[in-house]
Parts: sequence; C-alpha cells; structure tokens
Amino acid sequence: MKHTLSILVNNHPGVMSHVSGLFTRRGYNIDSIAVGVTDNADVSSMTIVLNGDDFIVGQVKNQLLKLPDVLKVQDMAYASSVQRELVLISFSITETNRSEALTICNGFDVKILEITEDSLLIEFSGNSRQVTNVISVIKPFGIREISRTGQIAIAYRNQNAV
Amino acid sequence: MSSTTEAITGGRLMVELLEEAGVEIVFGYPGGAILPFYDELYHSKKIKHILVRHEQGAIHMAEGYARSTGKLGVCIATSGPGATNLITGLTDAKLDSIPILAITGQVSTDAIGTDAFQEADIFGITIPITKYNALIKKADDLSRHFEEAIKIAMGGRPGPVLLDFPKDVQLEKTTVRKATSLKIAPHHYERPKVKGDPQEFAEALNQAKRPLLYVGGGAINSFASAEIKALAEKANAPVTTTLMGLGAFPGTHPLSVGMLGMHGTAYANKAVLECDYILNLGARFDDRVAKYQDFAPNAVRAHVDIDAAEFNKRINVDYILHGDLKDAIREILPFVKGGDRTSWIDNIQSLKKNHPLDFDNSGDSIKPQDFLHRVYTKTKGEAIVSTDVGQHQMWAAQYYLFDKPNTWLTSGGLGTMGYGLPAAIGAKFGNPDKMVICVTGDGSFQMCIQELATIAQSNLGVKILLFNNNFLGMVRQWQELFYEERFSESQWTYNPNFVKLAEAYGIPAMRIEHKSEIDKGVDFFLKDNGSALIEVMIPAEEKVFPMIPAGKSQQDLIEFKDLGKLKK
Repeated sequence: MKHTLSILVNNHPGVMSHVSGLFTRRGYNIDSIAVGVTDNADVSSMTIVLNGDDFIVGQVKNQLLKLPDVLKVQDMAYASSVQRELVLISFSITETNRSEALTICNGFDVKILEITEDSLLIEFSGNSRQVTNVISVIKPFGIREISRTGQIAIAYRNQNAV
Repeated sequence: MSSTTEAITGGRLMVELLEEAGVEIVFGYPGGAILPFYDELYHSKKIKHILVRHEQGAIHMAEGYARSTGKLGVCIATSGPGATNLITGLTDAKLDSIPILAITGQVSTDAIGTDAFQEADIFGITIPITKYNALIKKADDLSRHFEEAIKIAMGGRPGPVLLDFPKDVQLEKTTVRKATSLKIAPHHYERPKVKGDPQEFAEALNQAKRPLLYVGGGAINSFASAEIKALAEKANAPVTTTLMGLGAFPGTHPLSVGMLGMHGTAYANKAVLECDYILNLGARFDDRVAKYQDFAPNAVRAHVDIDAAEFNKRINVDYILHGDLKDAIREILPFVKGGDRTSWIDNIQSLKKNHPLDFDNSGDSIKPQDFLHRVYTKTKGEAIVSTDVGQHQMWAAQYYLFDKPNTWLTSGGLGTMGYGLPAAIGAKFGNPDKMVICVTGDGSFQMCIQELATIAQSNLGVKILLFNNNFLGMVRQWQELFYEERFSESQWTYNPNFVKLAEAYGIPAMRIEHKSEIDKGVDFFLKDNGSALIEVMIPAEEKVFPMIPAGKSQQDLIEFKDLGKLKK
C-alpha cells in the first residue's frame, strides 16, 4: 500500500543524504521524494511516497524520528490530505492531429505553455493517478521530453470533514 | 549565547571545549590535516593524549574507556586514511550504543571535493554509522556543532558522533562560543519522561506465574543495576542477561540464570521456552537471542526501552514502556507485588542442576573453560574483562561471572575481532586501580596486536589471556559441525612466538600447555597489577556449548551432552 509521509527537517546541507540514505540502508523503497523550503528558511519540507504495509511505515517513521535533523513526521492518509504532482510534457503533433491534441488538453484542464508547428509543451498538476492518466493519453502522440515532480502533500485543517 | 572578547583559533576552541566538558583523556594519532589542533593540544594541561599505533586502536580504546567508566570516549585521527581507519570502531559503537566522539582532520575547505591529498568524504562515509556527524565549515560553527555532538552522543540511547574539522577552520579565528554546561559524566543529561502505563505493566507481571527478566546493554547505559535487582527480588523473578547486559545483574545472584541466546546457558534458554511472561529491559530482541516471532512462545511479552524504534522492530510485544530504564523501573516498582513463585523458582533450580554448563576436563590438555574458571576464582570476579570475538569470547561470557556493571567489555553487535586489546587499554586508563584482563584468541589478537606498544609506552598494567589453538576456533567449530569438517582457511599454519613477541614489547610472558602447569600459569599471570601475557595452548577441537545453530530457535539448543547425537 502506498503511503505519503510529510517530513519537516532542518534546512542543513547533508540532511537530504541522511534521510534518503536511511531508506536505501534499511531496504525501504521510495516511489518519490520532493523537497522544498518552508516559510521558515531554517526548515524544509519533504514529501516521500513509499510502498509498504503499516509495519514498514511504522519502522520508517521510528527510524526517521531518530535522525537529529528530523523535526516532524506525518503519515498523510489519502482522504484527509491534498496530494499533488506536477508534470511538464513536450510532445509531437502533426497538422492532422493538432486539434485532437488541443481538445484533449482542454478536457483535462492542461495548461499550454508553447505551441510550435510540430510540438506542444504542456503543464498539468493533479494527484498521481490523474498525472499518470494524462501521460498515457498523450503518449500515442509521441512524447519528446517529460519531467515529473514527486508528490507533495498537505493535510486538511478540518480533519472531521473526512 | 555568550562571546569571548578575544578571538581564538578553531583548534584552540576545540581544546577548550573538550576541557570544559571534563574530557581528561583522548586517544589519537596525528597527521597533516589535524596538526593545528595537535599544536593546541600540546599546551593543554588538562587533557592527556594517548598516542596509539593505529587509529582502530584509538577508537576501541575510547570504547573500552567509555564502557568501563560510563563517560564519553574521545578519539582523534587525521583526514583520509586516518579517518577511514575509525570506521570499524564507529560501527561497533553504533551497534553497541557506546558514546564516542571522533574528531577527524579534513583538508582545507577550499580543497574539499578536489580529491586532494589525504582527502576522504568522511562526513558522507559515516552517515549510516554515526548517531550524528558534521563537517565544520567555519570556526564560528564549532561550538554549536560541539554541543550538539556531545548531547547526542551521551543523551538518550548513546552512540558515536563525528566532527570533521578542516585544517583551515582549525586555524581560523572566532569569538563565537556558546556558554555550555556540557559534561561527559554519566547520566548528566535530562531524560525524557517515561511514556506508558507502569501500573498496567506491573499488573501483567503480577499475574504471571513464571516471569523472566531479560536484561540487555541498555541496563548498563542507564545505570539501572540497583533497580533491576530490586525488581527481580520483589517479583521473585529469575533474570537472564544478553551478552551486552552481563554485569547489569549479579551473575552470582540466586535468581541469575546467566546469559541467553546462541551460546547462552541451557537453563536460560529453557526458561525462555517455559516462562509465561518475559520482560525485556533495555535489550533489542537481537537475532542471536530471538531469531523468530515464536521467541518465548508461551509468554506475554513486555519491553522497556529508551529507543522507540526498538518496539516491535523484530519481535512483537504486548506491553511497552518508553523511557530511561532506571526511571521506568522506579515507576513500575510500587505496583509490583511479590507473588509466590516457589514452583517456578524450583523448576529453574532443577534446570540449572540438570543442564549445567559442561565440558570434558579429562586428559592432560588445558581446557579454556577450566582456566577461565580459575582466573575468575583467583580474581574473586573483580577484574574488568575485555574480549575479542570468537570462542574465547563465549567461554569468557559463560565462565567469568560478572557481579557489577561496566566490568565486561565485548563487541556484541558488530563482533569486531581486534576489539579486545585496545578496549582493555582504554579501560585501564579509566580504571588504573582495577585489574584489567583481555581475553583473546590467536586470531583476534593479531588484528590489533600493534597496541602492545601502547601498553609498553604508557607503562600500563594490562593482562592478556591468550587462548591459542592455531585455528580460527569459532570458524573451525562451524566447519566441523555444519560443513562436514572441511576446514577451509581456518587454520594458522604459521603463528608467531607470542611469548617472545610480548617480551619484545617488554611485557612478561609465559606459555603453558599441560594441566600440571595451570597453577604456575595462573600465579604468574595474576601475581601483581603489572602487565603480563599468558599463552594457553588449547585443543583445536574444543567447542563452545551450549549452542543454538544458526537460523534455529531455543527449542533446537545443543548441549555438550548432545554432541554425540549431533555428530551422527
């Protein structure tokens, strides 16, 4: 089962290798990792998506909390948090399929960043399933380049609404 | 924060911080990238520096010092190879939770990352084997990193920390200095409040008919011996200890069933099978003790530990108390009732009688078990004993009974051959008035044998009990039992003359081979508090029993008397 961990860490050099190293060392598999500084310049937020049962995730949390630079670890339940990924895709189009491509983009709420004679550059954000879905729909056109962020997440303030 | 008005160099500041924290002794080896620090150390009147022969020796000495005194052990090395020679010791200290501060020289900050002479990324290399590490990029950052390092090394579950100290930062001037109240004395740091329900915990114990206490190395780090004894006596519960926990509960106490696990006593391991309640006090259900989920199959399991990550890590438990062991037991004690457990205690006594530690002492050859027992008797069990790793380590754990904590120094988690001699040296520096004995084998001894020179140079009284069977005995034992006697590369076809070797370092030495020489040998070895080496020739085929074969559980324990069955 996939779990999303939101981790607050001290914004020091080396913290990233402490955290990511912990996963490789203890044999846990990470699907994605996304890092950014928070409103406090001394603190970074990491979102890690990993596959594992509750036992594994419990172990990961315990081991993370032993790192001196880790301030907080939160296991984000899917229903009680917003989870987003961003993808940039450059793909080929021809005169004959150009309008089909544009229709798809409109339908998916995709942002168009650049149009050339034979290519489109688009931006899309959504949850992992939606991003994967967009990629699979675009794929037949011929993807030239793709760049996908890891997942980021934040918990809803009102947890009772779930 | 307070600042000194006068700017001093990073090297000077490091020396002053060590002095203020109460560090009296450091073990190290100088080299290019750490010279500015050594130049400042030269002026220190408070810190004694022990010049070793190899950095691995330095860190094991720091470990022996730390384990035998409860204080922080400090070691120093230069950059590159000096620093990488600390790796084994850092890993050892991490696994056995020994508080160590390692200070390493580093190439100047402008040369970092250029593959400079004697450059190694020791910060990166030591991430997984330290509790905390830092590369000090500016002298202004030093006191902050130093404080973090000491607090983390000594606080909570202790462990090794490393400060990587570039040469130019050692020379850089700074006025930034935190006013600290750091002390390397044991149990100085504030302990977290105990989390959990001590009453519920005690109730489970009260309901047990056949309780067993299982005590680990955490009991030593927590200085919880008195509390454990009080708990055992109040609950009338037998006590078994892990290899790391030896000495935390008196080995001679009527409630002691000795060590459990792979080479533990048969009665301790049988008690694990029969108990209906097992209370883990600062141990970690290590795989040499608890291989499978069916560990203590008939028991309710309870666990007290300072490290929350240890709960349910390998073996699931029913009750958890998170916190310092000493504090936790103090909270449990008032709720503990002294139940009538006569039949359980009688049962334990009959297990002890029917399944004693045993070996064949007929014939003319000297048996290590017998010799260790005599050393134990002669020293009245009051020596500090360090060991290397292998058969001799297990015999020492079985036949030397430890009544006090901090008197047993062994590499438990990592199983580091070469640990014993330097650990004994470190312990002797920390306990000059006590007898310190290193029990070693002809394999392990040669892994840090160069530290004989440190003994000689410091005029130190360290006793070395060397069991020589011209084999890697434990490897040989496994090959005999599980590899159809194919002794692949376990025999030393050449060994030096250990007596002459010791004498070359000015250490009186003697070799004995026959039973008739035992008394003479013991007298020679223990006649005063000075250094001595005794080489005891033992039969290569002598094995450590009992034994739980690798991958098996307590049920599969092989005793000495079962050997015939096993061989068929």
